[in-house]
Amino acid sequence: MKNLDNKWKYKRFAKELIFLVACLIIAAWSLFPFYWAVVSSLRASSDLFSTDLIPSSITIENYKYIFNDESFGASFWNSVVVATLTALATLIICLLAAYPLARCRFVGRKRVLMIALCVTTLPHVAVLSGLFEMIRFFDIYNEKSALILAYMIITVPFTLWVMTNFMNGIPKEIEEAAIMDGATRYVILTKIFLPVLKPAVVTTGLLAFIAAWNEFLFALTFTLTNQARTVPVSIALFSGASQHELPYGLIMAASVVVTLPLVVLVVIFQRRIISGLTAGSLKG
Amino acid sequence: MQSKSTPTDPFNWLFLAPCLLVLAVCAGWPLLRTMFFSFTDATLDNLQQTSFIGLDNFITLARDQEWWKAALNTFTIVIISVPLETVLGLVVALILHKNFRGRGWMRAIVLVPWAIPTIVSARMWGWMLNDVYGIINELLLRASIIDSPVPWIASNTLSLISIILVDVWKTTPYMSLLLLAGLQSLPQDCFEAAEVDGISFGRMLFKVILPLLKPTLIVSMIFRALDAIRIFDLVYVLSSGNNATTTMSVYARRHLVDYADVGYGSTIAIVLLFFIVFLGILYAPFYRKKLQSLD
Repeated sequence: MKNLDNKWKYKRFAKELIFLVACLIIAAWSLFPFYWAVVSSLRASSDLFSTDLIPSSITIENYKYIFNDESFGASFWNSVVVATLTALATLIICLLAAYPLARCRFVGRKRVLMIALCVTTLPHVAVLSGLFEMIRFFDIYNEKSALILAYMIITVPFTLWVMTNFMNGIPKEIEEAAIMDGATRYVILTKIFLPVLKPAVVTTGLLAFIAAWNEFLFALTFTLTNQARTVPVSIALFSGASQHELPYGLIMAASVVVTLPLVVLVVIFQRRIISGLTAGSLKG
Repeated sequence: MQSKSTPTDPFNWLFLAPCLLVLAVCAGWPLLRTMFFSFTDATLDNLQQTSFIGLDNFITLARDQEWWKAALNTFTIVIISVPLETVLGLVVALILHKNFRGRGWMRAIVLVPWAIPTIVSARMWGWMLNDVYGIINELLLRASIIDSPVPWIASNTLSLISIILVDVWKTTPYMSLLLLAGLQSLPQDCFEAAEVDGISFGRMLFKVILPLLKPTLIVSMIFRALDAIRIFDLVYVLSSGNNATTTMSVYARRHLVDYADVGYGSTIAIVLLFFIVFLGILYAPFYRKKLQSLD
């Protein structure tokens, strides 16, 4: 009996060990590229090609250079403005639209949801020339507003679905009581639904911000000058004296600077991000 | 669940108006223009005065060796990365589904590759895969797996493998979240029952979990394939200058912008759209289920 007990314990221990090792491998696989970027960005340029996993000496010269570089500063600011405004505009548009979609049954409702779902799968190159023409027509080429306009195609359909989902879950009693009191739709939305929906607003706003922050194709196509670019574009176009002499120390420093805010957001909001991502896709 | 509203209540459409306007302006109209351009000889400098050339662009495309190569590359990436991501995503999802100390941290760690901009991941991996100074060659050399540095990006075959590697790294987190949501929607007592009965994990996985998870697996794979087929950012940055890895989106943009040939570029984009619509039809039964869940 004792023997059996020991065997069981041993088996349990082995199971837990395998689980732990699996966790460690996944963590290393997920984090190593970012870790390596951080390490490389902290090396002096003479030391850049060292392959020591832990650096013997560190310097912040790359970061100093990046922050003193005018065009990188401009693109960082552009990214902040574009991503923030895209998220805000998306939230306002989708909060308004999700109300009838979630709370009323009317003809054409399903069609609207269906169209939004189709737009999420649209290849972005298929709207590139049409958008370009429109942007030139509005005379906003090489400006932030062009990017905000283009990013709506990415953020609006997704946010609309997630928001409709969340709003669908609000108990109808709350709304009925307000209607009895003679509240208008607008008041119901802003005074009653909005406070309840605060977590959903944070989640979808965050997801829209991240999507706009990371976008590349539109930003590459609709901007021309260093002053108008967003960070992904300036990182992609960073070049050295020749193809083989890319300034990797600087590129890694810039990469860490754009990624760090996102990593912090993910650590703080992981639960909400996960619920938003799954609500928008699978859970229906 | 619903408030009283007649089908013609103008309030509905008033609230929907900004959203519909945005969808029409940002997606609808540009898409129609691209469809139109694909039958013309439009150039970037002259989008207004174009002449209609019928199916000429489509005929050119059918005979364009470079396009066939781009299509082949795209489908290679989709066919290899999506199943890989599904398997890895399932492993991660099973781990995250377990209740253990530090699960919150594990979730955050797993999400990191998802949050890193694709451009940045391309740059990070480009540096790690650098043939001369890259850490990956160095580690493989030290472990005596290879005898001489491998040109991960410069070689035609290897660069496609590198793209798949980075794509798998970047998108497995999302896949694992989709599958985790699927696992959480299964009856949880079947996990516990199996544990109590002492059924081995492998048996439980193949006899219980996978059959129950099948709809989620299929839907997630189609979902990911719809996304992977338009791959652009990673290819554009990781193997820029190497035409051997060009995908359909990259090829379309090259014609649209670099060669300013909007007519032919639009044709390439429309054919890509056609593939997506075809995949989307497989996804259609799920669309309907999703809509029903909102009733």
